Amino acid sequence: MNFLLVLEWLIKGFVWALVLLGGFAYLTLYERKALARIQSRVGPNRAGPWGILQPIADAVKLIFKEELTPAKADKLIFTLAPVIAVVPAVVITSVVPWGPSFNIFGYHLNLYIADINVGVLYIMSIASIAVYGIVLAGWSSNNKYAMMGGLRSSAQMISYEIALGLSFVSAILLAGSMRMLDIVTAQGGYWFHFIPKWFVVLQPVGTAIFLIATLAEVNRAPFDMPEAEQELTAGYHTEYSGMKFALLFMAEYTKMIAISAIGATIFFGGYNGPFVDRFPWLGPVYIFIKIILLLFGMIWVRATFPRIRYDRLMAFGWKVLLPLSLALVFITAVGIILAQHFENSRLLVVIPLASLLVAGVAVALIDRTLRRKDYARR
Amino acid sequence: MRVVEPVVELARGLWTTLRMMFDKPVTIQYPEQKKPVKARFRGRHVLKRYENGLEKCIGCALCAAACPADAIFVESSENTDEQRYSPGERYASTYEINMLRCIFCGFCEDACPTEAIVLGDQYELSFTDRRQSIYPKDMLIEPVTTNGSPTPQKTEPGKFTRSVPEMKDPQD
Repeated sequence: MNFLLVLEWLIKGFVWALVLLGGFAYLTLYERKALARIQSRVGPNRAGPWGILQPIADAVKLIFKEELTPAKADKLIFTLAPVIAVVPAVVITSVVPWGPSFNIFGYHLNLYIADINVGVLYIMSIASIAVYGIVLAGWSSNNKYAMMGGLRSSAQMISYEIALGLSFVSAILLAGSMRMLDIVTAQGGYWFHFIPKWFVVLQPVGTAIFLIATLAEVNRAPFDMPEAEQELTAGYHTEYSGMKFALLFMAEYTKMIAISAIGATIFFGGYNGPFVDRFPWLGPVYIFIKIILLLFGMIWVRATFPRIRYDRLMAFGWKVLLPLSLALVFITAVGIILAQHFENSRLLVVIPLASLLVAGVAVALIDRTLRRKDYARR
Repeated sequence: MRVVEPVVELARGLWTTLRMMFDKPVTIQYPEQKKPVKARFRGRHVLKRYENGLEKCIGCALCAAACPADAIFVESSENTDEQRYSPGERYASTYEINMLRCIFCGFCEDACPTEAIVLGDQYELSFTDRRQSIYPKDMLIEPVTTNGSPTPQKTEPGKFTRSVPEMKDPQD
């Protein structure tokens, strides 16, 4: 443990925290702009050229707003809950590598904050802590809407965490490691010189499950039950205002960035891309582009699909995504064993084919259930 | 067994929203760029003048009588040939409209015998004080045109005896 190493950690951690905070601010602008364009509007364009100072205006407004604490709220937990919500969202991405390591001025620099050999497990456990922030915010407000929102979100996040975790398992099996760095290296290279070896190609259904489950995990539309305005006013943050509300808002958007970074790393090849082995600085560029595209996907889905009913959300999580992701884990394991047994990596093609078959069966079954008369009436 | 169709339906929804991104925005950048109002738009009231600059309003207070919100206050005084504001005997020496009470129904317009009060196209009526909501006559009256002269005018006797002029049928 020398001084330079500590300094490196400090600088990297500081830079990453700043990137996340700035990213959060500009994600709100990005979302508002993208939503506006989809709705034939132009979006915020008053503060600065093209509205680029809008996040700063929002921040200043929120800082100077009056902070209210309900008289019968649990003061300590009410104050602590936003902090508990923010911290996991910021620290969760510390295991995501955002570029290959390279030598700079004779110093070997690794572009990640922490290299944990159980990186995926770390992500899952930190993601679970994020539930506490929301459920405590809802409970301590001493407000029925907030309470319902907190309960809904805890139920929803716990349910979809299982599908999320199982979709990670197939990636772990394919990479043979839980280290994020190993998962990224396993996705380097090409098949037939043009198909990238990303896990989205090998496990398309697993990626789809991951994308759906993350929407539920970060409480985004169409799964934004905890904040369903029509039913719960603002859900768990009904009683929050000023900077505390800003913190909850920040947790939500930082989690979006974090989950996109994780998805980009695990299923979309991380920092891999053309010429990244020759020019290591392209790594951060590639992962940045991938995060931006995944975030656009989230905004796009929000602009497209209406919120689904709560009982159907839970039914979808437990009766569809859980069995499907279990089947995918099984299929992935069988495919890997086949490839190892016959020592022919081309047999891995079994995995996407069988996965798509199972997904087709799942879609047909959902469709039949939704068309059944007594279900539709309920 | 429908396997592909449900997925295609979801994708069609996504395609629709994505296509809309490349649509021209309908936004009008309001303070810089204003949409012209419709011909029969009922905005802020304007008190009209004749060509020669005389006021059309004769202070009859029929508008105040017709007003369902009781927003108009009129006080009339006598015209003389030395100090003539409007044709006929009387003119409105005080004419006030309370913009907080006004509901822009246009009944005053209909009640006016000389077409003096007209709901114009001005719709930016913000003020910061309750007292500013009362628009006095000098705010409501139209400016004098180039070939007219401001009121009060000195006129030759016996010329403006009729307070309600011969009017053609109102157009629009």
